[in-house]
Amino acid sequence: MSSWIRGLNSTAERTVDETLSLNANTNPNPNLNPSLFERVDFVLDTSYDISRPSTTFWQDAWRRLKKNKMAMVGLFILTLISLIAIFGPYLVKHTYSDQNLTLANASPSAEYWLGTDNLGRDLLIRIIYGARISLSIGVVASLINLLIGVIYGGISGYCGGRVDSIMMRIVDVMYCIPMLLWVIMLMVVLGPGLINIFIAIGLTDWLRMARIVRGQILSLKEQEYVMAAQLTGANTWRILSLHLIPNSMGPIIITATLAIPGAIFTEAFLSFIGLGVSAPMASWGVLASEGVANLRSYPFQLFFPAAAISITMLCFNFLGDGLRDALDPRMRK
Amino acid sequence: MSQPQTLLETKNLTKHFVTKRSFLGEPLATVRAVEGVNLTVEKGKTLGLVGETGCGKTTVGRTIVGLYNPTGGEVLLNGENVHATLAGPSAMTIRRKMQMIFQDPYSSLNPRMTVGDIIREPMEIHHLASQAEMKERVWDLLKQVGLNPEHASRFPHEFSGGQRQRVGIARALAVNPEFILCDEPISALDVSIQAQVVNLLEELQAKLGLTYIFIAHDLSMVKHISQRVAVMYLGSVAEIAPSLHLYDNPLHPYTQALLSAIPIADPKLEKSRKRILLEGDIPSPLNPPSGCKFRTRCRKAFDRCAEEIPVLKEVEPGHQVACHLVG
Repeated sequence: MSSWIRGLNSTAERTVDETLSLNANTNPNPNLNPSLFERVDFVLDTSYDISRPSTTFWQDAWRRLKKNKMAMVGLFILTLISLIAIFGPYLVKHTYSDQNLTLANASPSAEYWLGTDNLGRDLLIRIIYGARISLSIGVVASLINLLIGVIYGGISGYCGGRVDSIMMRIVDVMYCIPMLLWVIMLMVVLGPGLINIFIAIGLTDWLRMARIVRGQILSLKEQEYVMAAQLTGANTWRILSLHLIPNSMGPIIITATLAIPGAIFTEAFLSFIGLGVSAPMASWGVLASEGVANLRSYPFQLFFPAAAISITMLCFNFLGDGLRDALDPRMRK
Repeated sequence: MSQPQTLLETKNLTKHFVTKRSFLGEPLATVRAVEGVNLTVEKGKTLGLVGETGCGKTTVGRTIVGLYNPTGGEVLLNGENVHATLAGPSAMTIRRKMQMIFQDPYSSLNPRMTVGDIIREPMEIHHLASQAEMKERVWDLLKQVGLNPEHASRFPHEFSGGQRQRVGIARALAVNPEFILCDEPISALDVSIQAQVVNLLEELQAKLGLTYIFIAHDLSMVKHISQRVAVMYLGSVAEIAPSLHLYDNPLHPYTQALLSAIPIADPKLEKSRKRILLEGDIPSPLNPPSGCKFRTRCRKAFDRCAEEIPVLKEVEPGHQVACHLVG
């Protein structure tokens, strides 16, 4: 039927549908008759006009992330730390290698806000430089880990079968070796240095990422849109990069964010045992390690670098948790 | 009238899935999902494929379009062996001729791509047009399936199930295919939307001369859309006939039981309707019964059914049945 029946309208006198008159004959209510009804033409789907403005997945995620106070505090502090790491050295009048032996182990003062170390170097500027090193190690190592993990896990999950078995057994074997042992071995072979730390941590930390990506891909590749792409003749690379990986981006970003504090921690540990960056450069781990030596007499030398490490860790973890909630599609309302 | 021309043909199509392998890779357990299926579809016509859940309809479909490699037999499209071509250098030309519409409108569209990108992707893969032409074509396709072309920049989650299914149809049409496999395209939709989608499919068929295999378990819908219907049971075809003929005169006991399950839209008739109730479940395709696969649930089964596998016999022109009782 091409017309809708609109309700009582006593003024309308129209030609009547056959079906309508049929209904009127059998209708027990004498007050109702066909002349009360008006014919309205069929209106094409109007649901478009009342739909809300289009939002992408990322806009949605950002909106949810903004609601999470802890995550936003974490993001704010991390932005602040990054800004200080970038611009701080230009604002402080000391440099990280300047020694002032007469003022060694000075307590915090107007001249040296966070005091000095045993060679009379300003702790504030050393912590700011430490932030540069520690943060870049965290980010770069996490990116390397992301690159290797996503490609390895993606191939393993998508190819499946024997390829998957072999690739995952390799991961299992590597998992059996404690990661720190791995890093230490690599550092001994590569020698100390900033770039070598990137490589060592990046090369050992991707196992978790590979497993998570593989799991995601395994469940996603059964989806019908992947089948549709295969049917059209899309090659493996296209399916992985356009269909599978973008849809696993949530867990990938969460894992990568949570891997950053891990990398910073590993670097701190490496520096602590003397395999980290070399003097006079100092990461937070080196500073903490030096602080431990003077712990009894000058506790502030340990306190400030340790506080920097802890706050950064905490912020990354809050942000990671917030991202997990924001990117999880099951949270979508 | 021109002679009906066969577009698609399966010859003794067989697909087994190995579910368990020994340490050395020898198969221990095999699911016989599809066993010796022969189907022909004429150009511009629709073949309905019906059967219970797990009878292998979807596997037949996916094997035909080349998502699975058959264990045996072959699929011919215009006389060309589909799987041999897919393995060779002209794979893309045959991919263009066959498309598929999926069952679940929620998982058949990539949630991270806009509707426009989804429809454009097949054209990009096949290098069919320049960027500007593709944009135009996406608009045309959206209009053709009854969607507003301005929504090409929207994401699938902003559409309803029926609208998404239309997007899926537009994607299938993007490469100008000759044959479309409809794998239960309406079973996930509301009844009112089902009719819209089926009408759209019929319209497109008339306009573009498409050939369909329509997989479904809604028997009345299949009767409506298809000229011929094949009934499958446990991986084999039990009966094939012109659809009106099949519904009037089902010969295989399984088809009779299946058709008796269709409700009648008249309460008086519905009350007096006799249902043939099948007992038990569909047997496991891991270990199918000997002889006729249906004999374990068939009321008319006799000795011969356990011993001999019935073959499809033509009892009337165009009406084939695989049953020892017939023919």
